[in-house]
Amino acid sequence: MISRQEVEHVARLARLQFDEDELSRLQPELGRIIEYVEQLAGLDLSGLEPTSHAVPLKNVLRADEPVTGLSQAEAIANGPDVERGQFVVPRIG
Amino acid sequence: MSAAGGGPALDVTTLTAHRCRELLAGGDVSATELTRAYLDRIAAVDERVQAFLRVDESGAMAAAAAVDAKPRGERQPWEGVPVGLKDIFCVRGVETTCASRILQHYIPPYDATIIAKLRAAGLIFLGKLNMDEFAMGSSTENSAFQTTRNPWDLDRVPGGSSGGSAACVAASEAPWALGTDTGGSIRQPASLCGVVGLKPTYGAVSRYGLIAFASSLDQIGPLTRDVRDAAALLDLIAGRDPRDCTSTGLPEPAGTPGRADLQGLRFGVIEEYVGETCQTGVREVFQSAVDSISALGGVCEVVSLPSVERGIAAYYLIAPSEASSNLARFDGVRYGHRTAHSEDLYEMYVRTRSEGFGPEVKRRIMIGTYALSAGYYDAYYAQAQRTRTLIIQDFARAFERFDFLISPTSPTVAFKIGERTADPLAMYLSDLCTVPVSLAALPGISIPSGFSAGLPVGLQIVGPHFSERRLLDAAYALEQCLDVNTVAPLAEVSQ
Repeated sequence: MISRQEVEHVARLARLQFDEDELSRLQPELGRIIEYVEQLAGLDLSGLEPTSHAVPLKNVLRADEPVTGLSQAEAIANGPDVERGQFVVPRIG
Repeated sequence: MSAAGGGPALDVTTLTAHRCRELLAGGDVSATELTRAYLDRIAAVDERVQAFLRVDESGAMAAAAAVDAKPRGERQPWEGVPVGLKDIFCVRGVETTCASRILQHYIPPYDATIIAKLRAAGLIFLGKLNMDEFAMGSSTENSAFQTTRNPWDLDRVPGGSSGGSAACVAASEAPWALGTDTGGSIRQPASLCGVVGLKPTYGAVSRYGLIAFASSLDQIGPLTRDVRDAAALLDLIAGRDPRDCTSTGLPEPAGTPGRADLQGLRFGVIEEYVGETCQTGVREVFQSAVDSISALGGVCEVVSLPSVERGIAAYYLIAPSEASSNLARFDGVRYGHRTAHSEDLYEMYVRTRSEGFGPEVKRRIMIGTYALSAGYYDAYYAQAQRTRTLIIQDFARAFERFDFLISPTSPTVAFKIGERTADPLAMYLSDLCTVPVSLAALPGISIPSGFSAGLPVGLQIVGPHFSERRLLDAAYALEQCLDVNTVAPLAEVSQ
């Protein structure tokens, strides 16, 4: 089971916030999902390598040649707040 | 059928893409007439189906006019054939939202590789199709914008996450469409909507410009009215791409499937998926497909893959973990939604993300962040990755004895809208039969195999890595034998 405190801690890590109503729904929902996936915890898989990529592939390289990318104007065109070609953000901390 | 010269309007309800191609090549119809006919069809039925988030009428008509301006002899084979696109592919200059508020009004400055390929091939983009937000879901009910309905029964879901893509083909709003599949998001909606859906081998198709959900699983593929169209659309999008270092392309094109029988082929019936886990009606339709395989000369034998029963548990650790990392990019700085008021950067991130993401996306980010957090990594994520290895080994062993593995695509027919929204875990189990195939990176196709109480039932056929050509050829032979109607009755209502 995941505690209320743990849910709040994970939410901070994930840069999310939930109000009281949401938390009271989320905590048991996450609890049930975690309880379900915990079936894996009991398996003895000690002899197996973890798979992060399921088809054989290694060392994919390319020639280091310059290509034309997006222009600065194109790259920032979707920015919610831009000024003089740069992204504007609120003060840090 | 001819609409040239102001004749009767073109009836698009039964058209496949290869039939569109023939009509265009023969001069029976112009690209403008064909595109107009699909736009009219969308206008007539999409109010009920809700498959499209946005229809690009002016863009489609302009592209069609450009095709018609070219002499027929100078056109490419598929030039002028319309296509529907899941709203997860970046299309230069066209709003792309992933059905999320956080990306509302986002205009990509570039084309996804598959979009560039289809553009070069001369296909006409009809518009962007609804989906579960960030492709997380099995019913398309997680879209931030609208609920797509199953054309076979408007009170039921089309499946998901590529529900808009499956529904638009079933409702004849496009001859074919593109979707994405992470744990079943092409095959399951194809099954529920009675169309063909192919998830290629991981790496067959470039993911560049596809908005990422779970990068070790995501794969782009076709939803079509028949197997030949699935092969053709796969060949149009497959290929190695320097912009996606995990892309490898296919060893050979799928070509035009034409196999007449299944002589000499061995089919393994996945034991874990044919028991009580499936609805009775689904089991009955599946059994009749097994009989058809035998009638065509194929050999069917039951095979057990014990590890697939751990598939959902492994998937719901791996996919959310990758998603929590991929979706960290939505921070309100460079694109997408930003909260109206914030005192500092941390508050801006938190408010932006909490306002922008829907409940299921938040749940998955939470699960993934939890699974990857200090102290839990080995118990959850690493253990899920080892389970993935076990599943890969079970499939590899089965393919030593069998050419293909088969199961129902979905344990149930399309369920009622709202039926599973209150219970996330029940929704996750919709992908029981498709998820392990994704974890093993194998190609899988769902083809219509019949009906249970008037609702489509799909058959999943799975092949070894990069066996798409053989897989599609076998699926074609079976499709001819099963001869299932793919035109939803909705077609009759609107005409």
